[in-house]
Amino acid sequence: MSKDSAKGGFWKRLVSHQMFIPLVALILLAVINLVHDPSFFKITLGTNNAGFPVLSGSLITILDYGSELAILAIGMTLVTAASGGQDISVGATIAIAGSAMLRVLCGGDSRPDALAAPIIVGFIVACLAGMACGAFNGMLVAYFKIQPMIATLILFTAGRSIAAWINNNELPIVPDPKFGYFGSFIPGIPIPTTVFIAAACIIVIALVLRFTNLGLYTQAVGINESSSRLNGINPNFIKFITFVILGLCVAVAALIKVSRLSTINYSVIAKDIEMDAILAVALGGNSLAGGKFNMWASILGAYIIQFLTTTLYKFNVSSDALAAYKAVVVIILVVVSAPVFRDAISKLTKRKAKTQKEVG
Amino acid sequence: MRKIDKSFPGVRALQGVDFTLCEGEIHALMGENGAGKSTLIKVLTGVYGKDGGTISLKDQGEVTIHSPQDAQNLGISTVYQEITLCPNLTVAENMYIGRTKGTIQHWKKMVQDADKILQNLDIPAKASQQLASCSIAVQQMVAIARAVDMDCKVLILDEPTSSLDEQEVEKLFGLMRDLKARGVGIIFVTHFLDQVYEVCDKITVLRDGTLVGEYEIKDLPRVQLVAKMLGKEMDDLSDIKSEQNTYQGDDADTKVFEAENLQSNAGIKPFDFYIKKGEVNGFTGLLGSGRSESVRAIFGADRVLQGTVKKNGKVVKIAKPLDAMKNGIAYLPEDRKVDGIIGDLSVRENIILALQVLTGFFRPFSKSQANKFADEYIKKLSIKTASADTPIKSLSGGNQQKVILARWLLTHPEYLILDEPTRGIDVGTKVDIQKLVLELASEGTSVTFISSETDEMLRTCSRLIVMRDRKMVGELSGDDLTQSKIMSTIAGGESES
Repeated sequence: MSKDSAKGGFWKRLVSHQMFIPLVALILLAVINLVHDPSFFKITLGTNNAGFPVLSGSLITILDYGSELAILAIGMTLVTAASGGQDISVGATIAIAGSAMLRVLCGGDSRPDALAAPIIVGFIVACLAGMACGAFNGMLVAYFKIQPMIATLILFTAGRSIAAWINNNELPIVPDPKFGYFGSFIPGIPIPTTVFIAAACIIVIALVLRFTNLGLYTQAVGINESSSRLNGINPNFIKFITFVILGLCVAVAALIKVSRLSTINYSVIAKDIEMDAILAVALGGNSLAGGKFNMWASILGAYIIQFLTTTLYKFNVSSDALAAYKAVVVIILVVVSAPVFRDAISKLTKRKAKTQKEVG
Repeated sequence: MRKIDKSFPGVRALQGVDFTLCEGEIHALMGENGAGKSTLIKVLTGVYGKDGGTISLKDQGEVTIHSPQDAQNLGISTVYQEITLCPNLTVAENMYIGRTKGTIQHWKKMVQDADKILQNLDIPAKASQQLASCSIAVQQMVAIARAVDMDCKVLILDEPTSSLDEQEVEKLFGLMRDLKARGVGIIFVTHFLDQVYEVCDKITVLRDGTLVGEYEIKDLPRVQLVAKMLGKEMDDLSDIKSEQNTYQGDDADTKVFEAENLQSNAGIKPFDFYIKKGEVNGFTGLLGSGRSESVRAIFGADRVLQGTVKKNGKVVKIAKPLDAMKNGIAYLPEDRKVDGIIGDLSVRENIILALQVLTGFFRPFSKSQANKFADEYIKKLSIKTASADTPIKSLSGGNQQKVILARWLLTHPEYLILDEPTRGIDVGTKVDIQKLVLELASEGTSVTFISSETDEMLRTCSRLIVMRDRKMVGELSGDDLTQSKIMSTIAGGESES
């Protein structure tokens, strides 16, 4: 290690890059799996119950189940950057958006024979519900200056009850099998649909960041609000809009979540997902205090969390104990990516390089 | 301090610098930004470790200082340019925080002690008052009182006067002389030459991390001091206005911007104002007299309560900064750190920000375009930065200010408002900025220039608006532009100020 750092800037630049630690974590997880059970990486083409070809394997599972998290990480990154706080209501608002979608699709009937409205209408309603929740949170944060975590605590607490109330506490089941495609496979296509949905979201945000000033504005507002204002930016609106964007991400995640079951369980759906979404942002090396962000690092962080979960399942960790194991790994990752730790390491390598020079 | 060395990645900040401070002396540490003053102080106070050299004290001989705590224990106290106290605590708590032994705190005694010290030093604050409710000047004095109470032998004042007005500075100097008489050695870092000559005994000059020399104040005339700091003979500091080319266009008499009965929610009285094309005017007055608030009202930075702004005779609506920017107004704010820089963003992003906002949300500059803008202005204003990608917060104060200036120049404003553009920056950059102002004006840009240093304003402005107690009280131009006339107008015609 010290040999490389003595050689010059490349290694140092690599180590100090924001993507370095997430990538190392990913590689480490991959290596552990490779040693433990090489079949982890096997992808097989089989057929599902309906007789259509589907790809299966742990990697596919990770891509499939990491989708919701990756989509949420996009919105959470923007909210974090602009407001320096996090939205802890995303799990509850997924329940609201999902419930609203079911209400439209099933028309208030818990066991309908046919769809009461086209799926696209249901999805649009979910988007509106998600954005309305985001707007509510955003309004409290941007205009009433309430700390994000406190502001979103309201929907975190009330959201699942609101979701149940939307459908009179019934659990409607969507009759159309097509609705299930979003959370599984489209007949004839062996790749999970969620992968395409996540890819679409990632492409959209990449285009938005490339062709608008959203990135510059959110970072500027997150770093120095007062200065941003004097440069003609409206900090309140930027904060507000990031919450609305997160609301949209919530709606997409709700579509996937509800589609997986074709129904909803208000108290369980997307439970604790807000913590994983926040974690994805942190794992990507983004400051939770806001300001500069790297969207790709957050998305990578989301998949690492799913990678970790899947790995733990492979090690036969029971689902009850999963959280504890996950916490240990997360602690290590977060400590390693903390600036204090990184400074200490870079000092250590520098000293090593120095002594080596003196000897040599 | 002997042969102090200190290197940072890529720079040798200090090279073999010697510094001697005697008991009961006020010693000025002078140099341009980046000369190594702050680094030297930070080595002395243990914020940075040194790479070489020794530090000795009279009684202890050679000492090692690893942390600010060590320095404090050795009787070395520092008051920094930016207040480093906790504004939400009381004055007494601030004075005693981090110094109590044991876990039990005698609150009542603490407040009494604090009050005694404050009275002793004639500081207008109550011990039980919340610090944030004091003026900046008083906060600064509280910081000094804290240092004094810690039995310090060496007191370091790093730019203590940059946010004080003249009376407050006088008071501070009184305090410094008092301490000097008690045998405290004071290191005084400032950019104000007048203050150095008023209060100091000795001067040590640094340049580019090396020692230029140590001088008795009486042996070093002002011009020579500046020459030593810059490393070259300087004659243009004396009068740059004489070589100024005023704007000569036919429309030199048109009023580009006019304000009528303008008032914002920042607590200023309604005022009228105008600026002509290619004119440089200024607001003067004591600190807190409403200089900044006036220009902020014009820019829409504070909420406008009443009044109209006209551009070339036509009424325009300016409710927020963006409106002002769209009308060709640029505003360089007074507080660079709070209102100016976006610390973590790169120099490039900081430069393009205002123009980018004007261009629109859906039309971001390409990377190459942004780089072109940044490189152009880095060169034009000779901004010292490792690259355009460097975060602005790692630049020195003067260079940060140039970046903010570049940001606004890039928008090619018709009317440029500079609120204290020269505060806390070195003499060389000051002169650069003053020259730039006159150059811009000669090309037809209207400029409002605000500075606490009257001589700076006299050098640049052709018309001065005098503020007192948040009200416009007078206007001076032509032959009336003299130091004494300004003083008497500020004082309101009364003989004493």
